[in-house]
This record gives sequence, C-alpha cells and structure tokens, in this order.
Amino acid sequence: MNDVAKASFIERAATATPAPVARVVKGLSDRAIAWLFISPTIILLLAINIFPLVWTIQLSFTNYRANRPNAEVKNIGIDHFQSILTDPDVWAAMQATAHFVFWTILIQTILGFALAYLVDRRFRGHGFWTTVILIPMMLSPAVVGNFWAFLYQPQIGLFNYVISFFTGLDPSSFEMIGSVKLAPWAIVLVDTWMWTPYVMLICLAGLRSIPEYIYEAAEVDRASKWRQFWTITLPMALPFIMLAVLFRGIENFKMFDLVNLLTNGGPGSTTEVASITLKREAFEKWRTGYSSAFAIILFVTVFGLANIYVKALNKVKSR
Amino acid sequence: MLKLKQLAVGAAALGLTSLAAAPAFAQNKQITLCWAAWDPANALVELSKDFTAKSGIAMKFEFVPWPNFADRMLNELNSKGKLCDLLIGDSQWIGGSAENGHYVKLNDFFDKNGIKMTDFAPATVYAYSTWPKGSPNYWALPAMGDANGWVYRKDWFAKPELKAEFKKKHNRDLAPPKTWTELKQVAEFFQGREIDGKKVYGAAIFTERGSEGITMGVTGALYSWGFQYDDPKKPYHMEGFVNSKDAVEALEFYKSLYKCCTPPGYTNAYMQEGLDAFKSGQAAMMMNWFAFFPGLYKDEKVGGERIGFFVNPGQKVEASTLGGQGISVVSYSANKDAALQYIKWFAQPDVQKKWWALGGYSCHKAVLGDPNFAKTAPFAADFLKAMNGVKDFWQEPAYAQLLQAMQKRVHDYVVADKGTAKEALDLLVKDWQKVFKEEGKL
Repeated sequence: MNDVAKASFIERAATATPAPVARVVKGLSDRAIAWLFISPTIILLLAINIFPLVWTIQLSFTNYRANRPNAEVKNIGIDHFQSILTDPDVWAAMQATAHFVFWTILIQTILGFALAYLVDRRFRGHGFWTTVILIPMMLSPAVVGNFWAFLYQPQIGLFNYVISFFTGLDPSSFEMIGSVKLAPWAIVLVDTWMWTPYVMLICLAGLRSIPEYIYEAAEVDRASKWRQFWTITLPMALPFIMLAVLFRGIENFKMFDLVNLLTNGGPGSTTEVASITLKREAFEKWRTGYSSAFAIILFVTVFGLANIYVKALNKVKSR
Repeated sequence: MLKLKQLAVGAAALGLTSLAAAPAFAQNKQITLCWAAWDPANALVELSKDFTAKSGIAMKFEFVPWPNFADRMLNELNSKGKLCDLLIGDSQWIGGSAENGHYVKLNDFFDKNGIKMTDFAPATVYAYSTWPKGSPNYWALPAMGDANGWVYRKDWFAKPELKAEFKKKHNRDLAPPKTWTELKQVAEFFQGREIDGKKVYGAAIFTERGSEGITMGVTGALYSWGFQYDDPKKPYHMEGFVNSKDAVEALEFYKSLYKCCTPPGYTNAYMQEGLDAFKSGQAAMMMNWFAFFPGLYKDEKVGGERIGFFVNPGQKVEASTLGGQGISVVSYSANKDAALQYIKWFAQPDVQKKWWALGGYSCHKAVLGDPNFAKTAPFAADFLKAMNGVKDFWQEPAYAQLLQAMQKRVHDYVVADKGTAKEALDLLVKDWQKVFKEEGKL
C-alpha cells in the first residue's frame, strides 16, 4: 500500500466511524489508546495466569481439599512446605526427574547438534530429509505416548522384535516399560526420538548464522576442518545450543504426558517424576493445599535454575 | 411476489408448529445415569428401556472406562456438576459422598415407598448403602453385587495327558484350586507350557498401578490369610494388624505368584488386560470380577463349556474382595424426583429378576434367595458363596489417599522389587496413620 492509498484508507476509516465513537476517541491521548489496545491481553493474562498463581500461593498455606467443599479451610502456615521438603518419596520423585532431565538433555544436545551439522552440509535432498527428521516433534505427545506403549509391548511390540533381530534375544524375555532397570531409559528414548529434531532446528539456526567469510579466512590460514569446528563452529553456535538446552530443560522438568502414557510412574514408583507425584496428590488424593505447595516449590525450582542459566547464557553471548 | 408470500406463510406455519410442539417437548423428561463402561452397563441400558416405557422418562447414559471412572466422577461430584442424576458409584466412595453432601439420603424415601433394606442381602446393604458403616443411614440402593472371582480353562484342565502329569506330580487331581497354595501349583504347572501349539501362562492377576488394580488383587490374597485393617476393639489401630505375620506371608505369596506365573509384560494389568490375556488363550486361570463372567461365558472363542469358574481360594479363611456398587441420587441433580422414581422402579423384585437375567448381579433376596438361583448360571453358586465372605477396602472419606498409599507400597514391592513385604506393609501402616491423623481419627 503506497502513501496515497494509505491516506485515503485512513480518511475513509475516519469518516466511517460513528460520530459519538469518533468524539470519544478524539478525546483520548495516545497512551490511553495504547492501553485500550493491550488491555484485553492483560485481562486475559491476569485471568488465566496471574490469578491462578496467586490463588495457588494462597491455597498452599491452607488445608483445603477440593473434594471436601463443606469442610472448614484452616490456615496451617508452612506445614505443607515442611512436609514436602522432608518427605523421602518427594525426593525420590525429584531424583527420577533429575535422571530424566539430565540424560534427555545430554543425548538430545549431542544428537541434535550432530544432525544439524549434517543437514547444514546442504547435500542433495537435504530439504526433504530435514522435513522427515522434524516429523516426530510435530506429533501430539498423546499420540507418541500411545504408539510407543504399543511398540514396547513385550509380546506384540515391534521394538522388542527389532532388538531380538539384532541381538538374538527372545522378544518376550525383556520388558521396556515394565522393568525397573529399563523403564527410565524407555522414557528417555521416546523423549529423545520426539524432541531431538527440535534441538536440531535451533542448532541449525545457529550454524546458519555463522558468516561464511570466517571459514574462508580460516581456510586461507590453512586451519584444518577439526580446528575450524572447535574454534569457529562450536563457540559461535554455543549460545544457540545453550538456548536449546534451556528450552528442553524447562520442558522436561515439567514432563507429564509422555511419562503418564508410557509408565504412569511405574513400575512401582521407578519413573514417578515430580509432575506425576503432583498429579496424584492433586487429583487422586485430593490434597489441594499440599499439591499447591508442591507446585510452588517446583515453580520456584525451575524459575531459579532457569534464571541462573540465563545469566550464564548472557555471559557466553557477550564473549 | 406470490413466491415471497408463500415463503412467509410457510415460515409462520413452521414457527407455530414449533411453538405448539414446545410444551410437549418440555414434558418429555430425561435423566442421566452415570456408571463405568463395562458389560453390566449394557445390560442396564437394556433393562432401563422398561422404565422409559412405563414412566415416559427417557434415559441417557454416561459410561466412563474403569481406569478413568473414579477421576471423572469424583471430579463431577466435587465440582457439584449436574451431569449425573443417578450415579452407580464405587462402594468406597460412600463415606466421602455422604459426608460431603454429594448423595441424597434415601431413608425417608425408602420409608414412604415401602422399600425395605431387609429385602437385600445384608452384606450388600452394609457395603453399598450405609454410612457410617452398619448404621441405618442409607445413601444408595444396592444395585450391582460383585466380588473378585476366578475363571479357568476347563478344556485344558480336562486334557488326559495333563491330568495324568499333574496327578503324578502333585498327587491330586487337576481341578479348580481350593487354596492359594494349590492355585500356585496349578499356575506353575501351566506356565510356559505349549497347548494346542501355543505357549500359555499360569495366571492373569491384577498388577495395575494407576487406579486400584494391584490393591484389589493383593487384598484377594490378604483376606484369605485373615487380614484385618485394624484392631476390632480399637478402631484405626493398625500396627500388628496390617503388617501382621500373616499379612506379610500373603503379600510375599502374591509376589511369588506374580513372578512365577503371569504372562510376559504383565506389570500393569487390571480387568481389561486380564480379559485380553484370557480371551486370547494365553492364561490358564484369570482373576477378575464376577461382573465379567456372563460376558465371558457367552464369548464365542473361549466361552461356554470351555471355561469354568471358582470362588477366590481360601488359605487360612474363606474370603473374597468386594466389588460392586449401589445406585445413588446426586444432590446436585435438577431431576431428583425422576431419579428417585427410577430407584423405586429398580427396587421391585420383578425388575431385579430381569436385571439378573440380563447379566446384572442383583442383590435382592427375591433373586439370591430363590432355591434355583445357584442353577441359573454356571457362576451363580460361586457368586453366592463369594458374597457370603466379602471384605471391602476402607470406605472412609479419605479412601482415595488410603488407596493410593496402598497402590504405591504394594506395587513397589510386588512389581518393582523394592524392599521386603514387611517393609512395604510397615510403610503402609505409617502412610495410613498419617492420613488418619490428618483426619483427626488418631
């Protein structure tokens, strides 16, 4: 739209505005109009984000239970917080979460960066393969959880047959999601399958942002490919890799859907990550006050860790 | 112009017709009955057609699969939802639903309409209707009697070569087991054996973690070892009862049965997984609720004379885990009168007889007390026997917490090999003590 067309459009809009509305708008300052435009978003944010957060904080200091609507709600101070932080079962859940977060991030970062490095080579058909690699992350976690649960079935699942084909083991001699030793790795594997493409995508953006002339200068200086990788590629892509780690770290700390569908925290409580414990407390045991306190602890933990990490990320970026 | 006029007249006529039809539509009442999605629910749909024919009240059904049934329905009650007018809720919900005002108290209604609780089997009235337990305060009408029982492959048990081999090994006939020890021997006998060219397994038992599965399975063994939840003289005093020597032995036994004789990958199995294993010809025996037995008996592939039924085996005492539910009117319903009308209709002996004939388990004495009842179905005699020795989980308002604690402790021990049976039950006592302390009962 050129300037003349724009002016005519504004003029037409102004003349089409009903006189009473036009009078009110004319009386408003620019700041007021700006507030008018952003207020729906702010109201929405307050209603679905801030209000529940404040309410959760308030509930965390009470004995409220959602299944006892007629019971008296008492203020119990920090009892829930004390009870959570001294509960060995909660610490076991935190350990399971830490195991899951650590291994998924480590494997996904290595694989994601390697894939990005390969795709960045711009070989024939690289666009097609990039799209193929991205498919898992486009699927719904509910779909992924369900079909991997089928793949892992020891009697009919394809996964056991593939392993059996390569190792000669009896397919029904091991259970991925029913075994205490294998179940945590079964979840790590599915999450890695699903989210490595996401890490790859971010790393690819990092690799593509490195100017070509730096490599040309390195070539002139006769730097080997190995040297170019360690002194140019990796340091320049590092802020992007760190960003991917941050996103995946936050997401996996809160991981619920895949674990719920694959193992539901089992066998026993082997894969009971913090979010599964939270769900059990809130919606199976109906300890609303207790689960609110637990949710606050999880929120503060992830918020604190993310803040420390962002500071580190900023340091790397400013180098 | 003429066309326009015709159109206008047509529209007016349509409007008038709708207006005329409106009052008639308003008179057509409809009530919603909520229950779990399983075989007996289909029988109830069939049965309820008679109610609609008689009363003119249409029936709508909301059936939720078992693994989500408690979550879905308790959420509905807690949010004072109006989805359900009638709810066939699990027996353990009665304490919470009565105390939290979710169910309508039915005493006055029963008195006015001549519905006598003495017409129903005492065990079912106690379990499905009363809160506080055993008091004459009724919150539900016993609707669906149920207990945990067993089904076995009669055709495999009858194979001469297997009979001979079993007799030689155990010096007794290959027959439905009378004790858990015998059951394990039979399960071990079948485990890994090839029958009709297919590898089969001993027993499909409950091991599910998420809802109530493993607790319902484990209690089947615990009750047979004489398990008690608390000191009969000192309520809620659990030390030495829940973790008694016999309870430890029963839990160890259940684990040994799980380890020796279940199909591969059987780490999170409940009703449906059991049915799948049995119907696909994988298991020689299956633990499951009596509610499924009519459907199994009719099954084209494994039903009929190919299968037999037996009551939960005893060990030190004869006992079975209680299932089943009562039917209640939801306090938040806008159609309470119509819902009560349904209960009045459902309580009639004739309706109860038809209920049993269609595949529902009536709790009415007119059905159960019939001298021919035991002969009406191949599992009827065992059902009667089971109902005479049923035991239920806690029915306290805090039942969900108590249940989840048990799910965790026994699954940790049985499936995840964590600690010993004694440690698991000691931890369970601590968990339960904590709950009862919070409840102000300890």
